[in-house]
Amino acid sequence: MRARAAAPPSVDWARALKDAGLVAGIVVLLAIALAGFRIQDESGGPPLAYRFNDVVAAALIAFLGRLGIAALRAQRAVPVLAGALVFAIALSGVLVFGADEQLLPFQSTVLNGTIALAAWMLSARAAWLVWHAASETSTEVREARMDRLSAQVQKLAWWVGPLLLGLAVALPFLPWADRRLLDIATLVVTYIMLGWGLNIVVGLAGLLDLGYVAFYAVGAYSYALLALHFDLGFWVCLPFAGIMAAFAGILLGFPVLRLRGDYLAIVTLGFGEIVRIILLNWYAFTKGPDGLSGIPRPTFFGLPIAREAPEGGHSFHSFFGLEYSPVDRIIFLYYLALALALLTNLVTLRIRRLPVGRAWEALREDEIACRSLGVHPRNTKLTAFAIGAMFGGFGGSFFATRQGFISPESFTFLESAIILAIVVLGGMGSQIGVVLAAILLIGLPEVFRELNQYRMLAFGLAMVAIMAWRPRGLLAHREPTVRLYHGPPDASDGGPRA
Amino acid sequence: MTVLRVMDVHAAYGPIKALHGVDVEVVEGEIVALIGANGAGKSTLLMTICGNPRASRGRIEFLGEDITHLPTHEIVRRGVAQAPEGRRLFSFMSVVENLQMGAVSADPRHFDEDLERVFTLYPILRERRDQRGGTLSGGEQQMLAIARALMGRPKLLLLDEPSLGLAPLLVKQIFGVIREINTRDRVTVFLVEQNAHHALRVAHRGYVMANGRIVLQGTGRNLLADAEVRRAYLDGGR
Ligand SMILES: Nc1ncnc2c1ncn2[C@@H]1O[C@H](COP(=O)(O)OP(=O)(O)OP(=O)(O)O)[C@@H](O)[C@H]1O
Ligand SMILES: [Mg+2]
Repeated sequence: MRARAAAPPSVDWARALKDAGLVAGIVVLLAIALAGFRIQDESGGPPLAYRFNDVVAAALIAFLGRLGIAALRAQRAVPVLAGALVFAIALSGVLVFGADEQLLPFQSTVLNGTIALAAWMLSARAAWLVWHAASETSTEVREARMDRLSAQVQKLAWWVGPLLLGLAVALPFLPWADRRLLDIATLVVTYIMLGWGLNIVVGLAGLLDLGYVAFYAVGAYSYALLALHFDLGFWVCLPFAGIMAAFAGILLGFPVLRLRGDYLAIVTLGFGEIVRIILLNWYAFTKGPDGLSGIPRPTFFGLPIAREAPEGGHSFHSFFGLEYSPVDRIIFLYYLALALALLTNLVTLRIRRLPVGRAWEALREDEIACRSLGVHPRNTKLTAFAIGAMFGGFGGSFFATRQGFISPESFTFLESAIILAIVVLGGMGSQIGVVLAAILLIGLPEVFRELNQYRMLAFGLAMVAIMAWRPRGLLAHREPTVRLYHGPPDASDGGPRA
Repeated sequence: MTVLRVMDVHAAYGPIKALHGVDVEVVEGEIVALIGANGAGKSTLLMTICGNPRASRGRIEFLGEDITHLPTHEIVRRGVAQAPEGRRLFSFMSVVENLQMGAVSADPRHFDEDLERVFTLYPILRERRDQRGGTLSGGEQQMLAIARALMGRPKLLLLDEPSLGLAPLLVKQIFGVIREINTRDRVTVFLVEQNAHHALRVAHRGYVMANGRIVLQGTGRNLLADAEVRRAYLDGGR
């Protein structure tokens, strides 16, 4: 109750109302476009139905919420606490006990739930302010606190990493690991791998690549075409696919790496599209929009994971005398993805300690300084591009072998954007950050498939939230790659000077 | 033996001419200072020696070999190290990582020995070895910039305003170390300075530059005594 002594700042109600009105207006505009209409299937009637109520409810909630936040800023916590708590309890009550549907603001349970959660969070914040009677902390203080937190998370990485790894390895044997969860996990791990691959280019070398999907596509088509034309297995093709993708990276890198920033981004964006359009139009080679099908499944050192053993040979199960179960193939694919992802991570961690990896990071910071120290900028960037592309190619091969069918449709700009979002949201250059971001951006939307049409909205919201609160990414903190003389840091690291 | 020979070098940034025929010679074992007013072209000369911007006319020789048209990293690999203007440290990297970057063109087997050498030269860097470059104080940053340049075991060290922004005591210390590098490790030094008084006292010889040309040269002592130099760069500037 200390801070009560200082008079709370007077509230500029006119401004707060204007601001809340503006927010409500924006919500109306967005809601009309996103949720205001519903396409009707019934014949005879008009094809579109209005959902006026949802729009009004959304605007009203946004208006009140914004007003509440403004009041919190002005340290008028008690009325906000009361209002938000009443609203949250009422909404949750209706949701839980399934009272009259008409009382709910929206038709979607998920949306109602989200609003209820937001109301609970607002009440919690208000309650915090009431008990602590503390002033709102400034942005810098909060940023610094979060930075310290993320530094700690990274310090924890030495046991969080193995823990996550253990969890990942044990996942198929956990009781609740059904087919669907394993499929989602495989997808997440694939994106983690792609994120780590792109992290080399964007996070470490600082080259904004908007066409990463091109290398993914090259890897997928390399594997598919090699396997189909020459009857080669997955393990033989995998290195080739990686090399082809790396080669594509060098091919692109050679002319464009003298470009910087925005210009590099635009050219790589174009490259991604060019690759897709070539795949679409070179019918004789790629079967164009029809795609390639019948891509062989991966084997376990030559043993297929299948019910029937091939003629005159063994399947994995007959060889080891095991009972076949259809889920085994999914488990195998999951472990394959995990192995490829771990390979990416190990190589990245190792390279960061090598001169070339250090040079990537240095180049990102100051190219002139690098030149004056004898770094060859173009070759250094080329290696980053090639190695990043190679992992994209591995990812593509895995995608092809998992799906059994590929077509140019799978390699649109949206893929590049999602992978980039994972890297950026994770905090450029942070390996654990990529894992968190991939779980957040790929895993959660998949788990909450029920959200259906609101899924992308939630994706966007998550992005906006992270950008608002963590503009430098979730885990933006860099640990040095070397520490001399292991042991307690004596002369204090970054602390106040003696 | 002549380490560096700059002959009638011209250089320009697009349409802006910065050097109009510069001749400089640095002999093995020397400390040579280059002084001059702001915008005279001193930094440009150091940068041109490293090939960026390129000399549009003239010739630059290092240990008798023509390096005028070599790419920067090749020049550095031959033994020219530069601590460029404004330090240009890698601010997100730790002190040790910065030093490792300094050693990219050197034999990795020498790394530990070289690290020990620069830590002995600048003990404060040893204390701050894991701190990020950007959080060092100005003086520490300057020491790190010089230390980083030394990690490549250069035969010729180019320093651009090593005393910029340092307190008088630190200025003394920096010049003390430059002398030590020169006598003990036998590194030839070519340095640009605004702090003419100190620079000419440590330097064996000096050049004075104005408007992209060398206008005066002589031993450090003679230049210090020269009325013209005193009027333009020393009196009132101390
Ligand atoms: N990158 C650049 N682009 C265009 N002009 C430049 C560039 N760098 C330097 N110049 C110009 O070249 C001339 C010489 O600059 P230089 O940096 O060599 O001066 P200096 O003698 O080092 O000065 P100071 O003592 O202030 O560092 C100046 O007129 C400057 O404006
Ligand atoms: Mg200068």
